[in-house]
Amino acid sequence: MSDSFDSFTSGLDTKGAEKELQEFLMVEKQKAQFNAQIHEFNDICWDKCVDKPSNKLDSKTETCLSNCVDRFIDVSLLITNRFAQMLQKSGGM
Amino acid sequence: MDNLSSLTGAQRDELMDQVKQQIAVANAQELLTKMTEKCFKKCVNKPGTSLDSSEQKCVAMCMDRYMDSWNLISKAYGLRIQRERGRMS
Repeated sequence: MSDSFDSFTSGLDTKGAEKELQEFLMVEKQKAQFNAQIHEFNDICWDKCVDKPSNKLDSKTETCLSNCVDRFIDVSLLITNRFAQMLQKSGGM
Repeated sequence: MDNLSSLTGAQRDELMDQVKQQIAVANAQELLTKMTEKCFKKCVNKPGTSLDSSEQKCVAMCMDRYMDSWNLISKAYGLRIQRERGRMS
């Protein structure tokens, strides 16, 4: 995706306008990635935290949802670090 | 900006609007797909010959709660990103 964005923007002529477009696309891409991540979290945490849908999210569910996001990120970081260590130990890097 | 040969300013603005719009449409589609899947799972246990009124009510509530959950998670994720940034600097 970034490749096609880059070749797309480099095809434009003037430097300033090109830069402005590039920055615009980068910001939009970041926003899109943020949104995609929320879709993924909501997918996972909805299943973990929400029981039968009622009139509102109760406070227990709300706490569960925000904890779910933080713990998922913790697990992701932990696994990334540990995996890197495993690769180092096995001489894979 | 004046010697931009391939795109005029107006064209560029239009392009930016189009990009934004396409992203918004994709986002809405993703939300719609996920919501349908999740609320079907939660609300239709044994599919009957029609959606009965309790199922319809459940689906309506489920949609609203799914959006609530989306917004809450968006906030929690944003806060976490801020915290991680603070730790790095």
